[in-house]
Amino acid sequence: MPYTIALAGNPNSGKTTVFNTLTGSRQHVGNWPGVTVDKKEGVYRKDRQMNIVDLPGTYSLSPYSAEEVIAHDFIVKQRPDCVIDIIDGTSLERNLYLALQIMETGVPTVLGINMMDEVALRNDHIDFKRLEAEFGVEVVPLEARSGKGIDALMEAVKRTIEGNRLPKRLAVYDLATKVDEDTLADKRYSCITEVVQASVRHGSKTGPAHISITDRIDRVLTHKIWALPAFAFIMYFMFAATFSENFLFVKGLPSPGIALASLVETLWGSLTDVVSTLLSSAGAADWAYSLIISGIMEGLGAVLGFLPLILVLYVLMSFLEDSGYMARVAFVMDRLFRKFGLSGRSFIPLLMGFGCSVPAIMATRTLDNEKDRRITTLLCGFMPCGAKLTIFIMFVSTFFSSGNKTLVLFFIYMLSLSVSVVVSLLINKIAYKGETSNFLMELPQYRLPTLRSVGIHGYEKVKGFIQKAGTVILAATILIWALSNFNFSSFNGNNQRQYGTPLAPIESSFLASVGKAVAPIFIPAGFGEWRPTVGIATGWIAKEMVVVTLAQLYAEDINETYLAQYFADASPDELSEYGFEDGIYDSEAASDIYTEAVLMTGGDAHGLPTLKEDIPTRQAALAYMAFNLLCMPCFAAVGAMRRELKSWRRTFGQVGIQMLTAYIVAVAIHMLGNLLF
Amino acid sequence: MTLGDLRPGEKAKVVSIGTTGAMRQRILDMGVTPNVQVQLIKIAPLGDPVEITVRGYQLSLRKSEASLIVVEK
Repeated sequence: MPYTIALAGNPNSGKTTVFNTLTGSRQHVGNWPGVTVDKKEGVYRKDRQMNIVDLPGTYSLSPYSAEEVIAHDFIVKQRPDCVIDIIDGTSLERNLYLALQIMETGVPTVLGINMMDEVALRNDHIDFKRLEAEFGVEVVPLEARSGKGIDALMEAVKRTIEGNRLPKRLAVYDLATKVDEDTLADKRYSCITEVVQASVRHGSKTGPAHISITDRIDRVLTHKIWALPAFAFIMYFMFAATFSENFLFVKGLPSPGIALASLVETLWGSLTDVVSTLLSSAGAADWAYSLIISGIMEGLGAVLGFLPLILVLYVLMSFLEDSGYMARVAFVMDRLFRKFGLSGRSFIPLLMGFGCSVPAIMATRTLDNEKDRRITTLLCGFMPCGAKLTIFIMFVSTFFSSGNKTLVLFFIYMLSLSVSVVVSLLINKIAYKGETSNFLMELPQYRLPTLRSVGIHGYEKVKGFIQKAGTVILAATILIWALSNFNFSSFNGNNQRQYGTPLAPIESSFLASVGKAVAPIFIPAGFGEWRPTVGIATGWIAKEMVVVTLAQLYAEDINETYLAQYFADASPDELSEYGFEDGIYDSEAASDIYTEAVLMTGGDAHGLPTLKEDIPTRQAALAYMAFNLLCMPCFAAVGAMRRELKSWRRTFGQVGIQMLTAYIVAVAIHMLGNLLF
Repeated sequence: MTLGDLRPGEKAKVVSIGTTGAMRQRILDMGVTPNVQVQLIKIAPLGDPVEITVRGYQLSLRKSEASLIVVEK
């Protein structure tokens, strides 16, 4: 008969390392009902009969936080065959508090005393036989990082289950219902202190080796003056390692994230070319060709392209988390972020949002409070990511060519931050009624993370993204593809007769019809025309698609004569720099090159005159930029939101808030702009 | 006096916890119980929160939380 074994323990006790060692790659990540807390399960590598459930890390079983309720209910209601409680041997007293509460429930329990290497460094001696006698459960020494003691732990679990060994009833367990909470906590701790005094001999060394290392590191990292520069440096390094194209200030040196991403992109591009050639030579119908190349391959490419960024960022984040620095981030930044209704730890996801919302949203997982996690996920969508930057650059150079372009970009960044602060404060006020999260948190000792655990975290994250977000991205991309390539005439044969294909040109597609129907909503924002509206919708595939779509929809402005004239003065060297092969002007490639190398980089101040008719004023242009900044992020980010929020209802709720915010801000900018100028 | 009044390096003994409900339980659960010895280690660079040592480990808490904990030297 299979056994259920629950793994409990304080945060930072090495519980996750034990879980990874026990289950290897045989893990399944789900979620506990109703909350955004991961539920990890797996079978023991050496005995498939043992099913292990990783409970959230908690300091107690008092039913206050979501994590504590989950751990409490699982132990009390599901009654696992055995609970393993992982205990940090360097902080026995606090760790035994949870152990005492677990043993009080009367479930068979095994205590694993972890960090024995550090205990030895301190010259402390723990009398395991004495602990066993005091609590009536098996107590096993562990060094989870090197895997020492894991087999012995599982043998103890087996003996405990088969011998039906129950914890000894201590007198303190009977107090639970009889005394007030102060006395109870006090009695529990007194009981623990007695046991610890009887079974632990502290080393003769004053100032144990490991504490002093932590102290020495903290002398810089939480120092009055140095803490902030050190923090800024670490954050810069993290951001640059994930997103920078000139890593460590070396021009042209891509960061690990960018290098991997462009490798994936190149490989995927070649595969797309191969598939495209195969389809053409097989004589595929052009709607099938378009579905596979522009729908499926594009959608899959969007999923794959994010994997390197998620992997690199998450490996770095779990390094910071496992090393103990993340707790210091919260310690250093808390005061500032609490003013905005967030936690100090929200800083990292929001900063990463400037690069890409997808890894940023995935990074909200390290926030330890449900409310902060949800609000930060929402705010990540407001950040001006790298892809949105292409829209801003194109608009700034097209609409503000004579003005101060830097100032307009600066305005967009400030807008993103101030909208985030206002929305966060409002949500705190409305949805959480000023409920403040408490900040009692352990500052764990610094430890060098193991490659294995950092690797497993990165792998888990990438796998989770593919499973939970991949389908969303693919489905949504295909939907927008279908809407922009079909209309009613696709199905009654009219297109076939007229164009020789069922596909419709984008300007008469379903998407254009929807755009025409929806566009009047945007009249108060100054851009109530169908083409800008369609641009917003294709931006949900990927934000840089806004520029591509606008170029497509205003193709009359980018006709052959215009392009030939635009590139006429360019020398062969300049032409090859733009992307023309061998520096020779090619009228077929010119339109794509113009979009990518000129529009997206803001090269043509006089481009797209018809766009300027649809978006007639600067305030309308600004409103359009603001709307794209704040509205629903790309489908990949929505997939990541779904993965982190663990519910469609909450995901749609957040997208709704983003759309509403975008609309209100866009209208406000347009109207205020009209009043002022 | 309260834990929030201590200066870095000062030690004190906890007398009582001046709050109720979840916050009180959390403070107690973390080992800050009446009669326990605590030492204020440092104040964060922006002036809040603070770091204390209690029961052999480092705990951080906000000043607003520290001011709920009555101590005596």
